[in-house]
Amino acid sequence: MNPTRKRRMTLVLLIVAAVGIAAALTVYALQQNMNYLLTPSQVLSGQGADYKTFRLGGMVKSGSLQRDAHSLRVDFAVTDGDHDLPVEYTGILPDLFRENQAVIATGHMDGGRFVATEVLAKHDENYMPKELAEAMGKAHAKHHVGAAAQEPTP
Amino acid sequence: MIPELGQLALILALLMATLQCVLPLLGAWRGNATLMAVARPAAAGQAVFVALAFGVLAYAFLSFDFSVAYVADNANLALPWYYRFVAVWGAHEGSLLLWILLLNVWTVAFAAFSRHLPEPFAARALGVLGFISVGFLLFILLTSNPFTRLLPMPADGADLNPLLQDPGMISHPPMLYMGYVGFSIAFAIAIASLLGGEMDNAWVRWARPWTNVAWGFLTLGIVVGSWWAYAELGWGGWWFWDPVENASFMPWLVGAALIHAQAVTEKRGTLRAWTLLLAIFAFALSLLGTFLVRSGVLTSVHAFASDPRRGIFILGFLTAVVGGSLLIYSLRAPKVAAGKAFATLSRETLILVANLMFAACAAMVLLGTLYPLIGDALGLGRISVGPPYFGFLFMLLMAPALFLLPFGPFARWGRADAGELGRVLRIVALAAAVLGGTLGFLAWRGSHEFRALLGAVATVWVLSGVVLYARKRWHEAPAGRRYPAELAGMLLAHTGVGVFLAGALLTTALSVERDVRLAPGESVRVGAYDFRFDGVQEIKGPNWLAQQGTVSVFDHGAPVTVLHPQKRTYTRGQVQTEAAIRPGAVRDLYVALGEPLGSGGAWALRVYDKPFVRWIWSGGLLMMLGGFLAAADRRFRAQRAPQPAPAVTSAPAESAA
Repeated sequence: MNPTRKRRMTLVLLIVAAVGIAAALTVYALQQNMNYLLTPSQVLSGQGADYKTFRLGGMVKSGSLQRDAHSLRVDFAVTDGDHDLPVEYTGILPDLFRENQAVIATGHMDGGRFVATEVLAKHDENYMPKELAEAMGKAHAKHHVGAAAQEPTP
Repeated sequence: MIPELGQLALILALLMATLQCVLPLLGAWRGNATLMAVARPAAAGQAVFVALAFGVLAYAFLSFDFSVAYVADNANLALPWYYRFVAVWGAHEGSLLLWILLLNVWTVAFAAFSRHLPEPFAARALGVLGFISVGFLLFILLTSNPFTRLLPMPADGADLNPLLQDPGMISHPPMLYMGYVGFSIAFAIAIASLLGGEMDNAWVRWARPWTNVAWGFLTLGIVVGSWWAYAELGWGGWWFWDPVENASFMPWLVGAALIHAQAVTEKRGTLRAWTLLLAIFAFALSLLGTFLVRSGVLTSVHAFASDPRRGIFILGFLTAVVGGSLLIYSLRAPKVAAGKAFATLSRETLILVANLMFAACAAMVLLGTLYPLIGDALGLGRISVGPPYFGFLFMLLMAPALFLLPFGPFARWGRADAGELGRVLRIVALAAAVLGGTLGFLAWRGSHEFRALLGAVATVWVLSGVVLYARKRWHEAPAGRRYPAELAGMLLAHTGVGVFLAGALLTTALSVERDVRLAPGESVRVGAYDFRFDGVQEIKGPNWLAQQGTVSVFDHGAPVTVLHPQKRTYTRGQVQTEAAIRPGAVRDLYVALGEPLGSGGAWALRVYDKPFVRWIWSGGLLMMLGGFLAAADRRFRAQRAPQPAPAVTSAPAESAA
């Protein structure tokens, strides 16, 4: 091999190695940070067990909201019309958090409870997140839980 | 009657844009000077009509014309006049009108300053700009007409989204759009040179100041947006890796790469095809950014309403622009001449490595942003990609570029002096280890966060390189020619990188964030400060009622400041948190009201101590200034006549890279 070829070869090998490493890291980072959106029914059928953390979507069940008297802990239930899942969260709820409104919580299962680290509420009184609307499509038809439309979450 | 004038003006603007697109391109192809001469008057006429339409919409807002649906949706009688004016671009239709207005501003500027360019070249570039204009005007007229009437006319309108009722809103979208749209000039110049086969260095020299200015505006827009999110969204974060933030960040990354690649191409003639490709991608990502925000395909804070017709039009237009330009590129780029050869250790290599990192980073952000769509299409379920993905890979991918940053200015074009680079390496490494290590250790002691240490070391690494190079120029260049604008701009922007690093990493590492429950009279200690909650009272604004808290801050018993966070309820019932911030050069104190908790006047409060958070935006502003300053270099204006070949490259030191 002449020197120019050799240099090019090295260069190509280096680039291939760099691209390989970058691709591997990207895939790894994606896998670590992918969050699936599940409804209470899906969680109760066991799908939540596969993931370390996931997002739970649904409506805040009417009358389920309970605040702790001395801390910021709140307990509420998320429902998709068919099933309810108890949720606990410690922190400040978003401005638009209401009973009977759409909510998306990020967290993990602890026994039969969902422990949320982040709670997002819908941003507008008329809308719910598109993905959530799709996830709850059946529940909607059956229980008339609200209009489905595209919506921004923070 | 008046709103119909706006509609008419838009239709006339569309006709003008069609003329501006078709005739000059035809003329340049056929060598017909008369047809080419249509470009400038058509551009001017289009600008007049677009400005007229924009003025009509603004007038409709200022005069409470609720018979216009868009006005009725976004303004009401209680809204102050300045927010009514801002409401012009507060939602989908008007923001597109703003986009097209700014495109016309850039086009007119280009038409005015391009008189010394060869006529076919200018005609082609203006034709390409006309094509973009046609696309946007058609989109507005067919799917998003801001002048649609609402009958019967309501007595009062709705309200501008309360999130948008903030001074940041006044400048955020226009600045961002100035940046997005500004890349259309670099794009048009690139396509024109591909079409004409005139790929000498003149077009690059010509495109450089435009790219720098556009990138400067984009930087400003992103900085304002970040500051706005921090002050307005009430969570105290400054970057969320939200799809829409990503949408503005991708063109920024590619734009930063383009600025450096253009410098190489202009000075050495190398990397031409790469520079052309970056110019295409910078604009394509700007378009994607505009549309990602507007189409509502992604769930985000900014997404407005969605309409399937819009999505299809957008997809078609994006395909036409990106596909068309890549087709032209693939046909013509192989004919691009190679420039001067360069050694493995040279400024070209350093810039190329940094460029690849920037491009990889943009690709990473694109993948993460679109992944939920891909996942949806492949039936993988409803997925979202968490911020740690972006944060982790961003730091990783930018690290090589940061590592090389101090050496860039020292490395000579063609072949760098290894001895000199070695000397720079020793000094910079020593400074980073000693000074950065000491500062970092002091910061780390308080928080035990490795990022504090990393932040201090990286900042000193970057800044010492900048100082070292400024010193070299001071000693070696004759007085008066030490810091030409282009070089000073580079130094300023690189200083901005250092300042940003300090801000971003130290804020992340050292912030103390507490969510607490406080009854009136109770205190909480956050960082070195005591925050005492003094209760809440009701106050009234022009179109809102608010619960206003009073929080007194003490530093070891000495009063520091009194903060008044608010929880506002707007006329339509939307609730909005207004954080109270005591800004400072070294730290911000930040309080936001959560919610009332039971009886006794207790509230949930977010209390934050945010050290160095202002440095993030200061760094961004320095980068912006650097972009503007470099664009002002006399070298870009001096040559009135187009040069067949570039003047022999100036000394390596003279270039911003």
